[in-house]
Amino acid sequence: MRYSGFKVILEGLRGNTGWAPAWRDPDPKPAYDALIIGGGGHGLATAFYLAKNHGMTNIAVLERGYLGGGNVGRNTTIVRANYGLPGNSEFYSHSLKLWEQMESELNYNVMHSQRGIINLFHSDGARDAAARRGNAMINQGDDAILLDRDGVRKLLPYLDFENHRFPVYGGLYHPRGGTARHDAVAWGYARGADSRGVDLIQNCAVTGIDVEAGRVVGVQTTRGPIRAKKIGMAVAGRTSQVAEMAGFRLPIESLGLQAFGTEGMKPVIDHVITFGAGHFYISQSAKGGLVFGGDLDLYASYAARGNLPTAEHVVEAAVQLMPVIGKARMLRSWGGIMDMSPDGSPIIDRTHIEGLYLNCGWCYGGFKAVPGSGYSFAHLIATDTSHAPAARYRLDRFRTGVGIMDEEATGSQHNLH
Amino acid sequence: MRITCPYCGPRDRREFTYRGDALALFRPDPGADAQVWDDYLHNRDNRAGRVRDLWYHDCCGTWIVVGRDTVTHEVHGCEAAAEVPR
Repeated sequence: MRYSGFKVILEGLRGNTGWAPAWRDPDPKPAYDALIIGGGGHGLATAFYLAKNHGMTNIAVLERGYLGGGNVGRNTTIVRANYGLPGNSEFYSHSLKLWEQMESELNYNVMHSQRGIINLFHSDGARDAAARRGNAMINQGDDAILLDRDGVRKLLPYLDFENHRFPVYGGLYHPRGGTARHDAVAWGYARGADSRGVDLIQNCAVTGIDVEAGRVVGVQTTRGPIRAKKIGMAVAGRTSQVAEMAGFRLPIESLGLQAFGTEGMKPVIDHVITFGAGHFYISQSAKGGLVFGGDLDLYASYAARGNLPTAEHVVEAAVQLMPVIGKARMLRSWGGIMDMSPDGSPIIDRTHIEGLYLNCGWCYGGFKAVPGSGYSFAHLIATDTSHAPAARYRLDRFRTGVGIMDEEATGSQHNLH
Repeated sequence: MRITCPYCGPRDRREFTYRGDALALFRPDPGADAQVWDDYLHNRDNRAGRVRDLWYHDCCGTWIVVGRDTVTHEVHGCEAAAEVPR
């Protein structure tokens, strides 16, 4: 079924009796050409591009819970391409281009809103770093504008510019950045994959990975064994558990990251804003709620909820930067499980097991990567060669030290990013 | 979450800094194989459940090995890292 404005009006007149489910709910077949473990944003996008770009339609996505129930439905919905290092720059640039065509490609409204992102800075050194990053973005073909204090004041008059400790010196403005409706991204890719014949199998937890003579041959699941010669892992914070089923360990630690939402309010924040002195970022959803977050809960956790010290820290940063929101009532907070890699950059690569492919290490930035990750991971699975924009996301860079992508220049070591 | 410092007693989690898997205490020989160093520096069990990790007490400077559940955040036991047999 094709969605359109006309269809919405027609169904409104017909009592909404003509809508069909957006995807089937099939039982697993005994064998497929390929399996994707994980029905989140990355897994669903991978399945979609496997079907669309590579004609692989006899494939299935195995999801332990429900589609889009993990991090893709638990983030602060920010979409951007403002990276500074080779490897990340071309990947996120490609991903942003896919975002810009996503709604027409999927025939699905993901409410992608390129409202612009402003990364504030509060010192001369941070201004230099922002200028360097902006130049890297422009060199990559993306957009960046270095705003001085007055430039920021025109866009964001409600900030506390006179803060003594962290006065606003300016901001790096990335107009093509913005937000999207996070669940809709998962649903759009699910619908697109399903309509091309991909089986999306929910409530199907993988319990074992079958390897014979160094080659993957299938999986054991709570809904029975399924055979496949190609299996892609896209399970974010649960990567280590799935890898353990295949008998290996990965350079991943899982940490919690919280996000927060307030009650709905009239439009006040038109952009995505990041505070450069404390770790804090904020936007306003289409419903009017302020959506914001900050640091990781800086210890290993699978709890998918937050602890109070980080919540306090985030709220302190919020009120320091924009006292105007001090009276907004926080409605809820939630947490996702981040697959943190030592250098803060992701991994899209083969494993030492033939036919088993790895997609992980998205740290706290997986949402904006969804289309690019799916596109590149599908390319890797279908062709056994790396897709150019993701070619540097190699697993062996930690062991060899070659090709580390340490965006924050803090070192390639756990708990630094 | 409260962590018990062996010297200061039970304290709020805010007083501590997480320093990763307690694997860090078991440093390989300098001449060990590259794979051994890769396992030590990068690869992790990253278990969902009971783990042993290192916390630093910012107030008194003690390194503590904390037995902890990463799913429930329950703390099972804390001992000074200096007392842990290596």
